[in-house]
Amino acid sequence: MARTLDRRPPPTAPPPRGFRRAITLVERATKEAVWDCRMCGQCILHSTGLVCPMRCPKNLRNGPCGGTLQDGHCEVVPDMKCVWVSAWEGSRTLPLWRDHIEHVEPPVDWRLQETSSWENLLTRRDQHVPAAWNLAGRHPASTKRER
Amino acid sequence: MSAALSARSELHRLLLAGEFVVTAELQATDSADPRSVAALADVFRGKVDAVNATDNSSAHPHLSPMAAAHLLTDAGIEPIMQFVCRDRNRLALQADMLGAATLGVRNVLCMTGDDVSVGDHPEAKPIYDIDSIHLLRIARVMRDEGAYVSGRQLTQPPDFLIGAVENPFAPPLEFRPMRLGKKIEAGAEFVQTQICFNLAKMRLFMARCSDLGLLEHVWVLAGVFVPRSAKAVRYLRDQVPGIDVPKEVVDRLDSVPPDRQRAEGIGLALDIVEQVRAIPGVSGLHLMTIRNEEAIVEVIERAGLLPRPSSVPQTVG
Repeated sequence: MARTLDRRPPPTAPPPRGFRRAITLVERATKEAVWDCRMCGQCILHSTGLVCPMRCPKNLRNGPCGGTLQDGHCEVVPDMKCVWVSAWEGSRTLPLWRDHIEHVEPPVDWRLQETSSWENLLTRRDQHVPAAWNLAGRHPASTKRER
Repeated sequence: MSAALSARSELHRLLLAGEFVVTAELQATDSADPRSVAALADVFRGKVDAVNATDNSSAHPHLSPMAAAHLLTDAGIEPIMQFVCRDRNRLALQADMLGAATLGVRNVLCMTGDDVSVGDHPEAKPIYDIDSIHLLRIARVMRDEGAYVSGRQLTQPPDFLIGAVENPFAPPLEFRPMRLGKKIEAGAEFVQTQICFNLAKMRLFMARCSDLGLLEHVWVLAGVFVPRSAKAVRYLRDQVPGIDVPKEVVDRLDSVPPDRQRAEGIGLALDIVEQVRAIPGVSGLHLMTIRNEEAIVEVIERAGLLPRPSSVPQTVG
């Protein structure tokens, strides 16, 4: 199967059973077909113009790298349009969530690979961020004027 | 706070003082001999305010930026230490940030990094555990919260000026200023741009950053390349992803015989320097080249940017 060619890290949670397994299978079947979803388990499609950011070879969650080619293609896979060029264009067409592309997205929790983002959304498991991640938000955006 | 204007680094002090700063990129070395860095440091000493210690630039392994930054400090030059997300996960990046701070590094530059596919080890496993915006926030957490991002406390937090990079010349052009806004929100205090040949794009980018209010929060250092030959700009155009090299630039260098291309390259860089200095919000230059360091110094000299304020001994106040 294609699984054997997959470079994604293996899931660290036990395989889901029963209803949870069914949800995961439905999510995979639909989202892989529509968005080429990579099942990161912490879906932010609405912040990325409905373009899966995990398709970016650098797994960038916050925007394009500096290597986007002048024709808008990917530096790593020159035959592919840059995921973030597509994401930007997609975000402009969204009636809702248009500005969510400006949100700072937290680091990926790699333990959620291959789990259902729908389940993680309901259980709020996808809200988990490193303990000090949000603390820096207490400070002003910059110290250009004063310390 | 009494430390209202105490700067984190010499670069920070100059930026706070409103000086037009000049930084340069250290040619990555492949030598186990520390004199390889010292020799390059000799070229730049007193001519620039800080020097970038690059982190496996173009995805080729080179002397570790930690070592290069340390050797620069020893040679009397303030380093800006790069951290790319390609080669290390969040544990290693935080460990190295703390380690750099113990060795006296006071400026860090957080970036994603060129992909391994453009380097000489394309079969390597790329890491990309976090992206550059995550790394900026983590640097900010370590400095301002005195903790690893996990929340575990540091005994003594690092104190550094946090920098980012941005490419105003690559698609999606409209999103690039917003992305800089995200970097500022994450923690960036200064930014070095990708190499600027296309001044129209640079002006547009700066105008948009100004509209978004970003220039109140970040110092922008414009990247300028000093080509040694027409071959060098063709290399940038064809081999380095993300650089916009307009046809006029290649034509200008091609229009002179090879023995005069180095001088023409200096003239080209001087023209770009003059024009970027006139763009509102540009706080300094970041000069780059490929094995042509003396030309960087010549550009600084002929642009009237010498003597550097940092080379004048400061009275302790």
